[in-house]
Amino acid sequence: MSRIGIVTEPPPETRVAATPATVKQLISLGYDVVVEAGAGAASSFPDDAYAAAGATIGTASDALASAIVLKVNAPTDEEIAALAPGTTIVGLLAPAFKPELLAALAERGVTALAMDAVPRISRAQSMDVLSSMANIAGYRAVVEAAHEFGRFFTGQVTAAGKVPPAKVLVAGAGVAGLAAIGAASSLGAIVRATDPRPEVADQVKSIGGEYLKVEVEVEQSTDGYAKATSEAYDRRAAEIYSEQAADVDIIVTTALIPGRPAPKLITAADVASMKSGSVIVDMAAGMGGNVEGSVAGERIVTPNGVVILGYTDLASRLPTQASQLYGTNVVNLLKLLTPGKDGELVLDFDDVVQRSVTVARGGDVTWPPPPVQVSAAPAASASPAGAGGPDASAPEPKRPMSPVRRVVLIAIGIAALFAVNAVAPPPLPQHFTVLVLAVIVGFYVIGKVAHALHTPLMSVTNAISGIIVVGAMVQITSDVLVVQILAAIAVLLASINIFGGFAVTRRMLAMFSQGTASKGQAADRA
Amino acid sequence: MHDVTTIDAPSSIAGAAYIVAALLFIMSLAGLSKHETSRAGVGYGIAGMAIALVATVWATFAGAWGSPTVTLGAVLLVVAVIVGAAIGLWRARVVEMTGMPELIALLHSFVGLAAVLVGWNGALASPHLTGALLDIHHAEVFIGVFIGAVTFTGSIVAFLKLSARMSSAPLMLPGKNALNLGALVAFVALTVWYVITPELWLLVVVTALALALGWHLVASIGGGDMPVVISMLNSYSGWAAAAAGFLLNNDLLIVTGALVGSSGAYLSYIMCKAMNRSFISVIAGGFGIAAPTSSGEVEGETREITVEEAAEMLRDASSVIITPGYGMAVAQAQYPVAELTAKLRERGAEVRFGIHPVAGRLPGHMNVLLAEAKVPYDVVEEMDEINDDFAATAVVLVIGANDTVNPAAAEDPGSPIAGMPVLRVWEAGNVIVFKRSMAAGYAGVANPLFTRDNTRMLFGDAKQRVEDILKAL
Repeated sequence: MSRIGIVTEPPPETRVAATPATVKQLISLGYDVVVEAGAGAASSFPDDAYAAAGATIGTASDALASAIVLKVNAPTDEEIAALAPGTTIVGLLAPAFKPELLAALAERGVTALAMDAVPRISRAQSMDVLSSMANIAGYRAVVEAAHEFGRFFTGQVTAAGKVPPAKVLVAGAGVAGLAAIGAASSLGAIVRATDPRPEVADQVKSIGGEYLKVEVEVEQSTDGYAKATSEAYDRRAAEIYSEQAADVDIIVTTALIPGRPAPKLITAADVASMKSGSVIVDMAAGMGGNVEGSVAGERIVTPNGVVILGYTDLASRLPTQASQLYGTNVVNLLKLLTPGKDGELVLDFDDVVQRSVTVARGGDVTWPPPPVQVSAAPAASASPAGAGGPDASAPEPKRPMSPVRRVVLIAIGIAALFAVNAVAPPPLPQHFTVLVLAVIVGFYVIGKVAHALHTPLMSVTNAISGIIVVGAMVQITSDVLVVQILAAIAVLLASINIFGGFAVTRRMLAMFSQGTASKGQAADRA
Repeated sequence: MHDVTTIDAPSSIAGAAYIVAALLFIMSLAGLSKHETSRAGVGYGIAGMAIALVATVWATFAGAWGSPTVTLGAVLLVVAVIVGAAIGLWRARVVEMTGMPELIALLHSFVGLAAVLVGWNGALASPHLTGALLDIHHAEVFIGVFIGAVTFTGSIVAFLKLSARMSSAPLMLPGKNALNLGALVAFVALTVWYVITPELWLLVVVTALALALGWHLVASIGGGDMPVVISMLNSYSGWAAAAAGFLLNNDLLIVTGALVGSSGAYLSYIMCKAMNRSFISVIAGGFGIAAPTSSGEVEGETREITVEEAAEMLRDASSVIITPGYGMAVAQAQYPVAELTAKLRERGAEVRFGIHPVAGRLPGHMNVLLAEAKVPYDVVEEMDEINDDFAATAVVLVIGANDTVNPAAAEDPGSPIAGMPVLRVWEAGNVIVFKRSMAAGYAGVANPLFTRDNTRMLFGDAKQRVEDILKAL
């Protein structure tokens, strides 16, 4: 049975990696839990509540001496130094941006699990801390904007006059964007949203926003994020942002591209065109910002009176909620890692989720993981689960015949054909020629038949094999009555085949082509 | 006197027509391999057949005009064609798409029987040949009758199994391989005998032998492997026609028969690869051995789901894959399934179909049914296209499929179907299995999918259940 340690996050972080509720779940997985005194204070979780949930309250060094240390942010150098080799540390490690942190963790000999490296696949949604934090941040961004904004969000007609509703533009309809749209529209504002992925239009609509479509083709990426987009698109999008900036009161930008600086969506000119008192929340400020003039972590007021918020700690500004969701994500990960519910952590590198989150192990940096495909794009066979997962047990394809044997067999076949034709009297050789050529044509002609057409193909070949009727027909004028009758029966049977086979094939193909009619609609959606 | 069995040179015009017809048949098969050209392909086939028939009728009667048997022959011909056409067109119109495999199996048997009759005629109408040619003629009669008879009874058994008039379990006679091999050896011996002393009773014996062999070959194959059997019989019917072509000195029959025979064989080969079976053992009819009747018991608990819960699950799902099997065909559930698909897609869910190459009882069976119900075919994907996507899918609906989604094939090396590629539905978030009862699948193999943690069973008639879900949605 292993011990889990929860440490106090150094300020300004207000979140904590476990709440009393998640501590209970951790204990039910078979772990002992030590919580540093005061760890939950900033999130309004008192030590008593942890103790009541079954945790032991200890010091920072008690917590860091545990087999598993749960954190929110990356550990500081002092914390890394305090970890014993072999410890497992869980937190938001941002492995793509902090190679030196990974190196330090690997050097220390600890196993590091990055909560922000959970792959975006359905099975891992319950551990997807990026989504749960983005949800909180999106909500908080609207609350911050409302706090700065000098007017109501909702429109009202009062005895003191008419109040127009605030207009909000949300750039990027990912999890954060959708949360922002939802929060703003429930406050009563008119909400518009942009996103390079047209398929989010319905999601935007469903939570009360209006989707502004950029009429340019865009590819769906395979990893669930929007891709960096084309020039034509950027130009049209820039126009939309300029138009909207002059019109709206509040802009919330959420556009991020993984591994790259955030795209600049709102130019200085756009900001200058906004009304005094307008508010911009640049949720991407930490990644370079979507808005020209935003500063990470700062509140800026432009000369024309527009407030630009570049807060990077939006989720931490809702610490109780954020800790609860983060803690639950962590518990879900530990559930996966504790299959026996016996407090023993087991890492299975054949599992794509476990492989992805593990960024350092046994002295090695194990980032980046092999790529994961989450969408329906043509599947790369580089599935990391392939190593020992279920699909690996599919047997090797049959060993092809050895070349020598094949050559010998072919030689024997050709020699036999030659021998038969050399001794056979005419017209046999001519028939063999025809037969051999027809066999080869038959193989090649249907070589690439579409799977869906197997049945029609078979019923057509079936109809065609009714050609045996020709044989029966030439016999029907025989001078032997029995032969004539037998031939007539054969003609009848073969006729059923010919007419039935062709008719039924036509019927089937007619159905297929109706399928084609609705294909356009399906293609639109895809 | 006119020689009916060796029209050595059916007038040169008929010969020319045969070349055209053969070319049209080739174009027909080529056209059938793509959706865009498939309808034109059928057109070529019909044109080729029409040309071949007109040319044959003309050549036969023009050559034999004036002989006393011609009038009777003409009457018989016309009546036979009209009756045959009427029956064929009628069956083609009324057949349910789910009954397609049975119809095709039955049609194969007609070709086989016709080949037997043509072979017998070749023997009965003495051919006026001498020396080596006469010997060859005798051998050709035997080969033609043999292949035709095997095709005939094989197709009949396939038909009976498919239409559930006969148990689909493989027949397990002791020493079945020896029986098959013995029949072949006996056939060769009888052929030699017949070439030396052409006695009619030998022909009777070889016909009976071939009929029995055809019966035994297909009876030994389990119902689950029927798609391969059908395609194999398709190939055999082609070879039967080619053999008749040798017998009658008719190149059109040889070309067409060989085309059908080789394309059918290739199709069987594709399917064997899909099922990880050896092609040779399929042709030999011996692969029924690979599916011993292991216990149909499933260890562990299955958990049921109600229609409401299933609807709830689908409502929340962003991605759904439907893997249909023969059960969907039996229950005629393709229409409600198509409606469910449309409804889920309207809600914004991504709905696709994963079709196992041998789902159903006929290659491409599921595609035909889904096309009938107007499911757009670009959401209908093959196993290889979709297999890596299951892990990222929220809900999989297994409708009437069993062996094609059996994890034992991938995970249990001791399973009778080990190594057969299957749809890896169990990797999805949730699996709902529509099933009539807990009976084992066609292959008679227990399916551990049903007891997985992420699997829920929805018992009952698939059509009824899907309709219930539609209502609940």
